[in-house]
Amino acid sequence: MKQFSVKTIVAIGIGAALFFVLGRFVAIPSPVPNTNISIQYGLLAFIAAIFGPLAGVLIGLIGHALIDFSYGWGIWWSWVVASAIFGGFVGIWFKKLSLYDGVFGKKQIILFNLYQIIGHIIAWGIVAPLLDILIYAEPANKVFTQGLVAGAANIVTTAVIGSILCIAYAAAKPKRDSLAKE
Amino acid sequence: MKQPIISFEHFGFKYNAQVEPTLFDINLTIYEGEKILIAGPSGCGKSTLAHCINGLIPFSYKGKMTGSLRLGSRETKDMSLFEISKTVGTVLQDSDAQFIGLTVAEDIAFVLENDMVSFDDMHNRVKTAAQTVDIANHLKNAPQELSGGQKQRVSLAGVLVDNIRVLLFDEPLANLDPAAGKQTIELLDKIRNKTNSTVIIIEHRLEDVLHRDVDRIILMNDGRILADMRPDELLSTNLLRANGIREPLYITALKYAGIDIRPEMFPRNISSIRLSEEDKKKLQGWYENAPPSNPKPPGDVLLSARDVSFTYPNNVTALHNIRIEITKGEMMSIVGSNGAGKSTFAKLICGFERHSEDSLFLSGMDLSQYSIKERADHIGYVMQNPNQMLSKTMIFDEVALGLKYRKVPEAEVKNRVEFALKICGLYPFRNWPVSALSYGQKKRVTIASILVLDPEIIILDEPTAGQDFKHYTEIMEFLTELNQRGVTVVLITHDMHLMLEYCSRAAAFSGGHLVADDTPANILSQPDTISKASLKETSLFTLAVRCGIADPEAFISRFIENDRRERSR
Amino acid sequence: MTNIFNYIDRQSPVHRLTGATKLICLIFWTFAAMSSYDTRFLALLAVLSVFLFTLSRLRLRDVSFMIGFTVVFMLLNNILIFVFSPEHGVAIYGTRHVLFTIVGRYIVTREQLFFHLNLILKYFATIPFVLLFVSTTNPSEFAASLNRVGVNYKIAYAVALALRYIPDIQHEYRDISLSLQARGVELSRKESVIKRLKSAATVLIPLILSSLDRIEIISNAMELRSFGKHKKRTWYMGYPFTRSDFLAIIISLLLLLGSVFLTVVNKGRFYNPFL
Ligand SMILES: Nc1ncnc2c1ncn2[C@@H]1O[C@H](COP(=O)(O)OP(=O)(O)OP(=O)(O)O)[C@@H](O)[C@H]1O
Ligand SMILES: Nc1ncnc2c1ncn2[C@@H]1O[C@H](COP(=O)(O)OP(=O)(O)OP(=O)(O)O)[C@@H](O)[C@H]1O
Ligand SMILES: [Mg+2]
Ligand SMILES: [Mg+2]
Repeated sequence: MKQFSVKTIVAIGIGAALFFVLGRFVAIPSPVPNTNISIQYGLLAFIAAIFGPLAGVLIGLIGHALIDFSYGWGIWWSWVVASAIFGGFVGIWFKKLSLYDGVFGKKQIILFNLYQIIGHIIAWGIVAPLLDILIYAEPANKVFTQGLVAGAANIVTTAVIGSILCIAYAAAKPKRDSLAKE
Repeated sequence: MKQPIISFEHFGFKYNAQVEPTLFDINLTIYEGEKILIAGPSGCGKSTLAHCINGLIPFSYKGKMTGSLRLGSRETKDMSLFEISKTVGTVLQDSDAQFIGLTVAEDIAFVLENDMVSFDDMHNRVKTAAQTVDIANHLKNAPQELSGGQKQRVSLAGVLVDNIRVLLFDEPLANLDPAAGKQTIELLDKIRNKTNSTVIIIEHRLEDVLHRDVDRIILMNDGRILADMRPDELLSTNLLRANGIREPLYITALKYAGIDIRPEMFPRNISSIRLSEEDKKKLQGWYENAPPSNPKPPGDVLLSARDVSFTYPNNVTALHNIRIEITKGEMMSIVGSNGAGKSTFAKLICGFERHSEDSLFLSGMDLSQYSIKERADHIGYVMQNPNQMLSKTMIFDEVALGLKYRKVPEAEVKNRVEFALKICGLYPFRNWPVSALSYGQKKRVTIASILVLDPEIIILDEPTAGQDFKHYTEIMEFLTELNQRGVTVVLITHDMHLMLEYCSRAAAFSGGHLVADDTPANILSQPDTISKASLKETSLFTLAVRCGIADPEAFISRFIENDRRERSR
Repeated sequence: MTNIFNYIDRQSPVHRLTGATKLICLIFWTFAAMSSYDTRFLALLAVLSVFLFTLSRLRLRDVSFMIGFTVVFMLLNNILIFVFSPEHGVAIYGTRHVLFTIVGRYIVTREQLFFHLNLILKYFATIPFVLLFVSTTNPSEFAASLNRVGVNYKIAYAVALALRYIPDIQHEYRDISLSLQARGVELSRKESVIKRLKSAATVLIPLILSSLDRIEIISNAMELRSFGKHKKRTWYMGYPFTRSDFLAIIISLLLLLGSVFLTVVNKGRFYNPFL
């Protein structure tokens, strides 16, 4: 699939809208303040696995920025960028996951989860805290703890929601020459 | 001699996912400036044919094309989608999905923006197009703030801003109220006369489209073209009925009376048809000989609304003091203009929107005490838009969902689901994913998923929109059968004949008010109610008046009796 | 629900600026506020923001719910920083003036309080401006503005699509959940929290999958109307610049330069009164 096709653009728009709705209205508060258990990352990983890295980066970026905007506290750039990097990282592997062709077996489930775990570790364990320190001059132990808690929660929700979505999507996709009236 | 603008030669198409081709050996030439109507049963490939013309096939839907399809003098497969869309402007079947802009104005401007038209020029052209379709007062509205009819107008304007030679409409009338449908057809005619473009309309509501003349009707079934004739010729054959399409009602009535329809009679329209004195006599004779109908006695009150009012969070008051009683075992309809509050009323009954206490009662019990699920044990509601109801990927699972949650044993689930699928004409597709169905087929899946639950009272929101006559008959006959077994049926519909044919009673809504509650025939005999609730009298009424029949209503009810008997053969 | 960005249509000098201008100013302004920790400068920005806010004829009531969120966010963030790192201010400013001890290592210093003061000032310097932007920019203009500040038009349009479909998706979420309830899935308050969460997932899967089907239909509709045909596109909402637009951009650019200048003068991002 071409990276800049109209379909990818629409996927980015709709993906960001879904990311927003899930993140803004279906967020579940976690024990650590300021940090939500966010189910939107399951969605992000799923769409990135279908449409590729560009879609992943931009859905994370736009969706997260819109959420921040709607709360009115400006854009918390460090976390927005981390979301984008997570989406992009999972998206890199979209060819390997071959979800668009409607194939999603055991091998792909394992790969998908491997990529998403690494992606979350990079995003929340490294990128977000470093940017927090760099941009906002916040204390290191605070931002790393926050990042780790968020990352761990995101890994769990992505594993559940993302995998279910991939499986359901692959099942719904009609295979070549498969539809005949019975 | 007119130039051919679209020509199919031995054309065929198979979707990648399908085993069988969807279109076979299509031979069709459409000339510049023609107005064409394409009709055919649901799922026969009309939208697929349209997608071949506008280039979505092969550019977006992948599959195997055979034969040749030329636009002007060039093969479409050698053109780009952009080149094709400079010639063909499409209004898609799903008018919600093609509303892309944030507001009406931006949506109309969309094609101009992409063509880099300058700011001032664009604003002028948008204004002109909006005025042509009479939507200029809503330029700043978001799609969520428009009624179905208004959205349809916006999609029209979105195609009109660009000077386009071929206009292609996929079911422009589905979901429009009778008055708006008539206006749309008049509007299409006006546009064609003004721009001299070629117009292709795909529609199940044949009689409504023929309100204004078309040059030819293409009749399709099972992916083939069966007929390509002038309306006068086609209506003189029995092809329409034989292929599960409803012919205009006055034609059917004349045929029942034993009158031979010939092209010289100009049967294409109720106002153009020429009837000899002899024909009129025949019709009168048939009317007098038909057996009389016998109405059903009323039962106990099942559902009562006592002063129901409702305001949406955006301060739109959708219902004002509705008082109505629905009796056990009756089959009634709710009719009225787009945006009159019909769907809102149904949603209140099901608990999808919250109403105040002491306003809705089911068998004397205050409904506000019950959750949606508890109400659903008694009341089944088929929503207007099938996409809002579909939640499983496979058809079988979708229909079985409600039974599974009610913990019905596996074997019984299978039987009941298969039965419901048969009623709705979906049994051959039971193992398909929902996403591979046409719009009309999806709607039937949602009907099946409610029928399977055996509710006491069933509310169907536009059950026959986008359905062909065969499936219409099957669904309606099954509902009648349910009704005879004591199930109460409420139909929300824009189809005047459906209301006359199946319902003993109708409630007409207008602007959130209940403006009439009477027998369907009485409602349609009050010009005041007709105009308030955007209804339309049927062509049977007009026919009866033209033939000097003293009691047109009795004529209609005798037609219906006869028609039911003929169809159940 | 439709109006997620709280756009309030009023007549004011701020409303009359084009969306692109406001976006450029927002970028300059937030960068200025983000990079500097100079107390005096932040105070200036805060005062200016409040002034602009009144200029735009917005009332506090219009944005009260957003302010609510922000205040909570700000307080929590401050508390967290103190909990994790009570000596953060000391590390930054290099001196240590103890005021009093709460318990154990939680000793309040002047440096720490000053750091918190700066942090809060930062909020006051940016938040009113963000609220201003959100409340005076017509969402329709937003995409056009992004394109004008250099974002590729296809990406800008993806943003427009997101804004267009957020209300639709919210409606659909509701509709799907209602129709599921009507078929026997219990989502009302009568069930336990865990069960309701599980059921919520039952709603999400169809919501997401049906949105994916929609991608196909929407991209078809867009291609049929020539989207992506040229390297550029024009915008119905892309209003031309006027003199006040240029003026606003110049002023905010000066503020950004001011912030850079101060960083050079202070030899770092922090203004240090303790030395
Ligand atoms: N994208 C697709 N992939 C596979 N099969 C498809 C696809 N779209 C349509 N079909 C199949 O092609 C057949 C014809 O569909 P089409 O949408 O052309 O019907 P239609 O005549 O327009 O029906 P309706 O009146 O209900 O809109 C259907 O049986 C449908 O299952
Ligand atoms: N979710 C909603 N939020 C706000 N307003 C709404 C909503 N749904 C409907 N409305 C408004 O309420 C009024 C009644 O709408 P409703 O859908 O009940 O009409 P209807 O009679 O079913 O029309 P149609 O024949 O077009 O389906 C309309 O003016 C509509 O714009
Ligand atoms: Mg169709
Ligand atoms: Mg309705």
